[in-house]
Amino acid sequence: MKLTRLARLAGQSIRKNKMRTLLTMLGVIIGVAAVIVMVAVGQGAQSQIRARIDKLGTNLIMVTPGSSASGGVSQGAQTFNRLTVKDVEAIRAGSTLITGISPVILAPTQAITANGNWRTLVYGVSTDYPTIRDWSISSGMLFTENDVRTSRKVALIGKTVADGLFAGSDPVGQTIQLRHVPFEIIGVLAEKGQTAEGSDQDDIIIAPYTTVQNRLQGRQFIGQIIASAATRSDIPLAEAEIRSAMRASHRLGAADNDDFTVRDQTDLAKTAQETTRVMTWLLAAIASISLLVGGIGIMNIMLVSVTERTHEIGIRMAVGARGSDVLKQFLVESTVMSAVGGLIGVAVGWLTAIVLRLITGWQTAVSPQTVIIALVFSATVGIFFGYYPARKAAALNPIEALRYE
Amino acid sequence: MPDQEVIRTETLQRVFHMGHVQVAALRGVNLRVERGEMIAIMGPSGSGKSTLMNILGCLDQPTAGAYFLDGRRVDGLSRDELAAVRNQKIGFVFQGFNLLPRTQAIDNVELPLLYDVRDQHRDTRAVAARALERVGLADRMHHESSELSGGQQQRVAIARALATNPAILLADEPTGNLDTRTSIEVLALFQELNDAGITMLIVTHEHDIALYTKRVVELRDGHVVRDEPVRNRRNAAQDLAAMPPEPAEA
Repeated sequence: MKLTRLARLAGQSIRKNKMRTLLTMLGVIIGVAAVIVMVAVGQGAQSQIRARIDKLGTNLIMVTPGSSASGGVSQGAQTFNRLTVKDVEAIRAGSTLITGISPVILAPTQAITANGNWRTLVYGVSTDYPTIRDWSISSGMLFTENDVRTSRKVALIGKTVADGLFAGSDPVGQTIQLRHVPFEIIGVLAEKGQTAEGSDQDDIIIAPYTTVQNRLQGRQFIGQIIASAATRSDIPLAEAEIRSAMRASHRLGAADNDDFTVRDQTDLAKTAQETTRVMTWLLAAIASISLLVGGIGIMNIMLVSVTERTHEIGIRMAVGARGSDVLKQFLVESTVMSAVGGLIGVAVGWLTAIVLRLITGWQTAVSPQTVIIALVFSATVGIFFGYYPARKAAALNPIEALRYE
Repeated sequence: MPDQEVIRTETLQRVFHMGHVQVAALRGVNLRVERGEMIAIMGPSGSGKSTLMNILGCLDQPTAGAYFLDGRRVDGLSRDELAAVRNQKIGFVFQGFNLLPRTQAIDNVELPLLYDVRDQHRDTRAVAARALERVGLADRMHHESSELSGGQQQRVAIARALATNPAILLADEPTGNLDTRTSIEVLALFQELNDAGITMLIVTHEHDIALYTKRVVELRDGHVVRDEPVRNRRNAAQDLAAMPPEPAEA
């Protein structure tokens, strides 16, 4: 039979049985839409998790004084306290791969205001620090390079400190006494929550490291230097750059061991990779189940449809349809329905993903691969699950089919 | 004249196997039908008339014997060949009309033309329309089956049977689902078509219906027990005129 006639017969049949057509397509629509939404949401969740992990600072490089091995005798880290601001300048000058660097000077301090006092840690840092540790500022602003240079007595306080000392009122512009030195509060840090170990990250005050050194500590050495690389893959090279800059700065000879330690957060990165891998598998599993359910739905309806259409098949055979004509018609019908259902499913899935993005704010991404896989699947399902019922229909005995009511 | 012969069967037999029991539905039927005949095949249920009808209609195959249709031996043909014979040589009219549901009259009539393997009709739509005109349904072409009365549905089925210009029209209890007046209307159409040269075989168990044909073949227990011309043949058109008038069909 000519394809145009076949298409006409199949088209008539599809249009005339709207309920059956809808039910058949529903399986594909749900399957395809589910796959697209699941994958979109999953990818959104995945990037969300990655962003969270990045917040912990996966691209972080830490330099601490001392070395774990010195002349064959293990000394442990921080044996020698020999990190200075000079080292920070040396690294900044000697490295091209780091995007920010900051000394970290810790000064445990009793902070006093008119409202009361609070025991907390003051971090003396550079202007790069908030970027490196992914701190954002909820009100006010950060101190400037000029503030650092001139050791201005300005500070930013964490949420816990703000709540403890300025409950209800805006701390920005007020004065806080740190070791009897008045600091102007110029900003409040956004809430970060607890670390995995349970310590409160928001119980913090940050101030220019120069001010902390001069006003709160009076010492030249600094406890730690932190830096960040642009991407994870840059970390090994960035570490090498830092190491050579540090060795030059400390005038270490070829035979001397490092008197400092450079570390990164390999554990966190591993966790991130592992999480991504698990998420990928989870998505694949959910998608396959959705597709399988959709396919079985189609086959069920097609099988029921053969039974329901037995009499119609009998009529067609009585007026001269051959088995192959019936087979082809059924195949065309199921393929068309699956393809149309697939397209509708893509549209429904896409819209749902957009709506979900608006509601949750997640980055739900509908990738072209997902769409192509879903469409190819739906067409395949149509032919595959349509073939068995079609063959069943083609093999019917015309007399029995005619007699069937 | 041998070319006047449309159907010839020679000791046609059909045995059904039901488990271990063998049931002989036809036990050697010899039948010869010439062009232009109008035959009623009669008999009580179980006489084998439906089985004969299915074999003559190439829906079923005889167990033994020979069947010649329009000069060609058709017993022993393959499924696809039989489908082509049904399509080209035979027009069916059934008791239950057997129209496709939710389908317009013209689409139903066009159906056999679409399955024509030889693709003889360029404009199948026009052929279907002419067949509908011939049965007086030119104004109902685009009505769906459910929008037509029983008599109109049967006329659509007759148009479908005529569409491929078959050698013979087989009708199985064509008036079984119709009231008396509509039955006679359908018979009037049959007589009109027969007068125009169409060979017709009508299976019925009603003697009244047989009176409108030209020849009665009666079956009993798989044998032909009577085969004689109809005397005092009735004219359906005249009977219809004599009937009390009825409001026109919607």
